[in-house]
Amino acid sequence: MPKTIVCIKQAVDVTEIKVDSATRQPIIVDAPRKISEFDKNALEEGVRLKERLGGEVVAVTATSEDAKMILREALAMGADKAYSISDPSLEESDTLATSYVLCKAVKKIGEFDLILCGEASVDSYSAQVGPRLAERLGIPQITYVRKLSFDGEAVTAERSLEECYETVKAKTPVLLTVTGEINEPKIPSLMAIMKASKKPIVEWNMEDLKISKDEVGRAGSAIQVTEVLAPKVERKSITINGETPEEVAEKLAKALIKEGVVGG
Amino acid sequence: MSEYSGVWVFSENMDLMLELLGKGSELAKKLQTEPAAVLLGHNVKGKTDELFGYGADKVYVVDDPLFKESGSEPYVSGLTSLAQQYKPEILLIGSTRRGKELASRVASRLKTGCVPDCTHLSIDEDRRLLMGRVVYGGNAVATEICRVKPQIATVPPRVFEKLEYKERKGEVVDVNVELEKPRTKVVEVKEIEAAKVKIEEAEIVVAGGRGVEKKEDFKILDELATILGGQVAYTRPLCEDRKWFTDWIGLSGHAISPSLYIGCGISGVIQHVAGIRDSKLIVAINKDPEAPIFEVADYIVEGDLYEIVPALSKALKKLLKTR
Repeated sequence: MPKTIVCIKQAVDVTEIKVDSATRQPIIVDAPRKISEFDKNALEEGVRLKERLGGEVVAVTATSEDAKMILREALAMGADKAYSISDPSLEESDTLATSYVLCKAVKKIGEFDLILCGEASVDSYSAQVGPRLAERLGIPQITYVRKLSFDGEAVTAERSLEECYETVKAKTPVLLTVTGEINEPKIPSLMAIMKASKKPIVEWNMEDLKISKDEVGRAGSAIQVTEVLAPKVERKSITINGETPEEVAEKLAKALIKEGVVGG
Repeated sequence: MSEYSGVWVFSENMDLMLELLGKGSELAKKLQTEPAAVLLGHNVKGKTDELFGYGADKVYVVDDPLFKESGSEPYVSGLTSLAQQYKPEILLIGSTRRGKELASRVASRLKTGCVPDCTHLSIDEDRRLLMGRVVYGGNAVATEICRVKPQIATVPPRVFEKLEYKERKGEVVDVNVELEKPRTKVVEVKEIEAAKVKIEEAEIVVAGGRGVEKKEDFKILDELATILGGQVAYTRPLCEDRKWFTDWIGLSGHAISPSLYIGCGISGVIQHVAGIRDSKLIVAINKDPEAPIFEVADYIVEGDLYEIVPALSKALKKLLKTR
């Protein structure tokens, strides 16, 4: 019966980001937060394994913000228990620092068979925390998994690479990062949401994990972001109108020929 | 003078490695240091001349039969050991999925940072590498620096150009490294049927989205693509939700920069737009006047793709024939 730890990120909902038109800076503070998309796939996969084989699924997140909302959602989706590692000192942490915090947390959680992560987060899209966490824990890893099975001792996973699908075996404990292809996360039922409110959320801060403040945040990170600006959009925005589809099509065809992009 | 010097490049994909070498040479020149390539494999010595010809002053070679086994640990441990021993200032790694995993793991072992999928790389007045990349689902471009060395960046295919080939000599550095054995075992490999031309290389792309109701209806788009000498491409929902295809355009898929992109029945969520942003000309055909793709389009056609696309094919056929 597998014990699975799923790492989830409280990500910025990138579809809701507004841009300050004067400074071209995206306004991140006001954008809503949500569970990073592929992390939901990771959680769903953990829950499905539990439904087939028994065991336990716990969700863990590390953030400078309050993350109880997304952890409640994780519990509603089927996790048995959640760990909230929330500490203001985590602000500006890069993947080096974040993987360190998760490593400490995983060690404190104790024995496990599988760690599941999303292939990358929707907002920063680094695809590094999973691979770095496995390195820090000294366990094997399989990235970009689109199909997964577990026989009690080893996992068999199909990886989605650019030019091939590669089926890989590894003994547990093992860390896997999953792609969006692996499953369709279920939307929790009202019953599941109500049950989730009774499930435990364990809260840890840096002191609980014996991490000093200069090991995380800006001080503990190798990467610093010096500038974030919305890309400039300079498009023609020409609307093609016409009485009939044929008339529209002809106008468009002529425009494309005039642009020199077709018929060259 | 820092003890770290040299700009290194590595990719398991030779074409991509040569592109990295093009940019790497430019950065090395600015830093007045040497551009070098890393070759990891078995019987790979034959490739050193090509790397010299495309800009490498040095090629570090680890030649070991262990690389034939397909696990990633030999690569991770090989590249890590080389970097520990020779201390490059900058390490550029090809941003394939394998490359991204490798870069993260090497960066973790070297306790340094890694900026993924860089589309801009330059050196500032303090000799630091400025790394630019798309973040927040295409809403912004971030510039990042790495305070620890080596400064690691991954670079996607076709962002930078390789240099012109010149007959050149360079130094081969053979290195013996204690490699770790693979901890995972590859039991099967299924090749993914490659499109006729890689979508990144297509000059004209006709893309279909959720507005295309049935898979068979793609024949309308196929016809237009054929007339234009272009390729058909897809959005993520068609691949992940409807399972019609395997490869999509967008942030999590392929990023393209054709001279003409025609989006048919595509709403234009920012993750998709992030993948088409560098197209020279964007045409959007959509029934929905509110479709966000119209905001990034050069030509906006508010209409039914089932009417517009066949009519466009017909019009182009006629106009192109008479020229």
